[in-house]
Amino acid sequence: MSLLKRVIVCLDVRAGQVTKGIKFQGNVDLGDPVEYARRYYEQGVDELVFYDITASAEQRDLFIDVVERVAAEIFIPFSVGGGIRSVDSMRQVLLAGAEKVSVNSPAVRDPSLITGGAKAFGAQCVVLGMDAKKVPATAAIPSGYEVVIDGGRTPTGKDALAWAKEAEDRGAGEICLNAIDTDGVRNGYELTITRMVADAVGIPVIASGGGGEPQHLVDAVTTGGADAALIASMVHYGDYTVDGIKTAMRAAGVGVR
Amino acid sequence: MSVAIIDYEAGNLTSVQRALTKLGADSIITADPEAIARADRVIFPGVGAAASCMGNLQRSGMDQALRAAVASGRPVLGICVGMQLLLGHSAEDGGVDCVGLLPGQVRRFEPADSSLKVPHMGWNPVRFAAGEPLAVGIEAGSAFYFVHSYYCQPERSADVMAWSDHGHEFCAGVRCDNLAAVQFHPEKSGPVGLKFLANFLEA
Repeated sequence: MSLLKRVIVCLDVRAGQVTKGIKFQGNVDLGDPVEYARRYYEQGVDELVFYDITASAEQRDLFIDVVERVAAEIFIPFSVGGGIRSVDSMRQVLLAGAEKVSVNSPAVRDPSLITGGAKAFGAQCVVLGMDAKKVPATAAIPSGYEVVIDGGRTPTGKDALAWAKEAEDRGAGEICLNAIDTDGVRNGYELTITRMVADAVGIPVIASGGGGEPQHLVDAVTTGGADAALIASMVHYGDYTVDGIKTAMRAAGVGVR
Repeated sequence: MSVAIIDYEAGNLTSVQRALTKLGADSIITADPEAIARADRVIFPGVGAAASCMGNLQRSGMDQALRAAVASGRPVLGICVGMQLLLGHSAEDGGVDCVGLLPGQVRRFEPADSSLKVPHMGWNPVRFAAGEPLAVGIEAGSAFYFVHSYYCQPERSADVMAWSDHGHEFCAGVRCDNLAAVQFHPEKSGPVGLKFLANFLEA
C-alpha cells in the first residue's frame, strides 16, 4: 500500500455556470457547478478544481457563492483558480471552503505571490498552474517548452522546467502542468514535459491537457511520472464516468481509490 | 449532540464544521474554555506548522481546555497537527515541545526513494486496529486524505490504532481511552471520512 494516483476533474466556471472551451476559444455552457461537483463526488473523484475563467469583479461574488455551496456538499479537497492575484484573494477562497489555490499568469508576473501564499497558508495550499507550449530549444529555453500566460495568448520567454523549479523553491506545494498544444483535443497528455517536470521537482505534479480516454491517464501517471491526472471534457459530456476511468486504471495496474 | 471545535487560530477550521453540519451535529468553533467544558464532544484540529500552532495554543490557554476535556472522559478527537501536538515533542521548526498527553515523538518523512514526495499529500489506504470503534462500518483498506510532512511515533504501541505507508509504515491514528487522533483529514476523505466522523459522534 502507498499513496494512490489521483483523478482530478476540472470545472471551468463562467457567470456561475460550468463551461468548456477548446484551446481557450469558443465556450459552451454546461450547467450548475454544484450539480457537476456532486455527480463527480458520487463517482469517486479524488479532487476537484474550479476555475473562474472570467474573474471579473462583477462575477466574482457569483463564483465565491459557488465555492461556498460546493464546500457545504462535497467532502473532498478542491482547489480554486482564476482571479487569484493577491494573498487577500487567496484568503477569500480558502475561507469560502477551498483547500488550495491555484495561481498561473499572476504568479509569472509577480512570483512573490507564491512565496506570500506559502508563508500565509502553508505550501500545501499553493498550487502553481502552468501552461507550457512546445517551442524549438534555445539557450533561454533549453527544455524546449516555454511558459505561456493569459490562456496561451502571451509567450513569456521563460523555460517551463526552470519555472517549475523556481516555483518549488518559492514554496509551491504542487504543480498543475497544462500542455497548451494538447489542451481540449483529447489526444493524450504531453508526456515529455510532464516527465521532465516530475523528475525535476520534489512536489506532486498534476498532468493536464489532453485526457481523452482512460489509457491517457494511465500514461500520465506511469510514463509521464505524474501524481495525478486532470480531466474535464471526457467526463463533462458523459463519454466516461470517473468510476469507469478508475476501473480501467486499476485494470492497468495503477493504484487508485 | 454538541461539538466544540477548539479555536486556536490554526488554519481553516470551517471544513470540519461543514462536515459536522452535514452529519446533523451542532458545533461551535470556540476559544471559550466554558463552552468547551459544556460540549458533548471536542475536536482538536490543526493545519500549519507545529511551532506556531503550539505557540497559539499556549497563548490562547486552549492547551488547558484541551487537557480538561481529555481528563473529563468525554470523547476528544485530534486531527492532523492536532494529533501531532498531543505527543511530547515534534522535530518540526527546529524542535518544539508539545502538549505531551501521549508519550512519543513527531518526525519528518525522509524517504530514501526520491519518487516518494514530501509532503505526503493525497489518498492512502489506512489499516485500523481490530475493534477500533471509530472504524466501525468502514471497509478494510479504505483510503483517507492526508496532507503532512511529519508523522507521529508514539512510544506505547498500544496507543496506535491506525497505520498507513509512505516509504515505511507510519502511525495514522492513536487512541488512549477517550482520546483519539488521526493524521488524515476525515472531513476531506469523502464518504468514509464522514462515516468516521459519524462514529465519533456516536462514540
